Amino acid sequence: MWSRMKSWGASVWRTLRRPSVHYSLGFLTLGGFIAGVMFWGAFNTALETTNTEAFCTGCHEMRDNVFQELKTTIHYTNRSGVRATCPDCHVPHNWTDKIARKMQASKEVWGKIFGTVDTREKFLDHRLELAEHEWARLKANDSLECRNCHNYTSMDLTRQSTRAAEIHKRWLGTGEKTCIDCHKGIAHHLPDMTGIPQG
Amino acid sequence: MRDKPLIAIGTLVVLVVAAIAFMAGRKSGGEPSPHPVVATAATASQTPAAPSTTEAAPRGNQIDGIRRGTPIDQEGTPPLMARVENADIKRNRAYPMQPPTIPHTIDNYQIDKNSNRCLLCHARANADKFQAPPVSVTHYMDRDDQFLATISPRRYFCNQCHVVQTDAKPLVANNFKDIDTVLSEQPQQKAN
Repeated sequence: MWSRMKSWGASVWRTLRRPSVHYSLGFLTLGGFIAGVMFWGAFNTALETTNTEAFCTGCHEMRDNVFQELKTTIHYTNRSGVRATCPDCHVPHNWTDKIARKMQASKEVWGKIFGTVDTREKFLDHRLELAEHEWARLKANDSLECRNCHNYTSMDLTRQSTRAAEIHKRWLGTGEKTCIDCHKGIAHHLPDMTGIPQG
Repeated sequence: MRDKPLIAIGTLVVLVVAAIAFMAGRKSGGEPSPHPVVATAATASQTPAAPSTTEAAPRGNQIDGIRRGTPIDQEGTPPLMARVENADIKRNRAYPMQPPTIPHTIDNYQIDKNSNRCLLCHARANADKFQAPPVSVTHYMDRDDQFLATISPRRYFCNQCHVVQTDAKPLVANNFKDIDTVLSEQPQQKAN
């Protein structure tokens, strides 16, 4: 068995090493380039398809729990009609970070297949753990996904309420705190927060 | 079936009568009848609010906050939604034991058994961080006046007593006088 595998591997290696007999260099380079473009286009399209709200809410776990909660918040409906979709907050926009997050999401595929949160009760049981993952992620990257849209240097504090302006200046402006420290549960309902520091 | 023609004639007569009755009914029903006046007597004397006059203030003792005098067979135009005052300026209390009103918006604040958004700032431990007035000591007392370590469960749901204020016009005039006014009026009455 092992010797058969070894001889097969060796023959493949020999084929790969040898210059092409039938195809011209131009065909191989150009063909490789075009095939590469097509592969990359397909890969990216598929990746971006998983980055849409329609994809996220395709599963009832998301549609019936967290998406319903989002609908009541200002990130879904507001006076100017600008809104955040699921991936705006939950997937990094930067490519390498995005791929890293997508690899982590394979755990979520596992959960989907084995029905980890396939009922409301199971979801509520896991809610704190799920939320803690997101808080940890946002704390670690200094609320990067918030800051993709909300930029402190562009915040006009005079147009905020005095209370909000003072607190933002004091905690966010000095960099002592990051968005998620105070704004937990801004787009979804909070789990039981006993013993979890807020603010 | 000797009386076959009789049955046919009878059926025809019934049909014609029914048709005539139907037409008559339609005609009389189609005539514009006076609007049914369902509201109070005050409404009857007023002209029904036209759609252009949006905020027809109820007059006299009439309190019709929902339909605002619009007859119920007409579509009313609701007034603009009131805005919550968000100036962070503490308001006076109308009487000493009045729960202070909330001087800011509380949109989407989660207050349930999982979390209490108000206490993020107004809890004793956080009041200094956010420069918020901490909840009063009475809120730590149970109904036997024993102090608890945390907010008493009966005082947990803040907006049972504390509410925001909007810029909506009052539906009825309010002639409440606070105790200071009453006290200051008494010596004058004695003098008279």
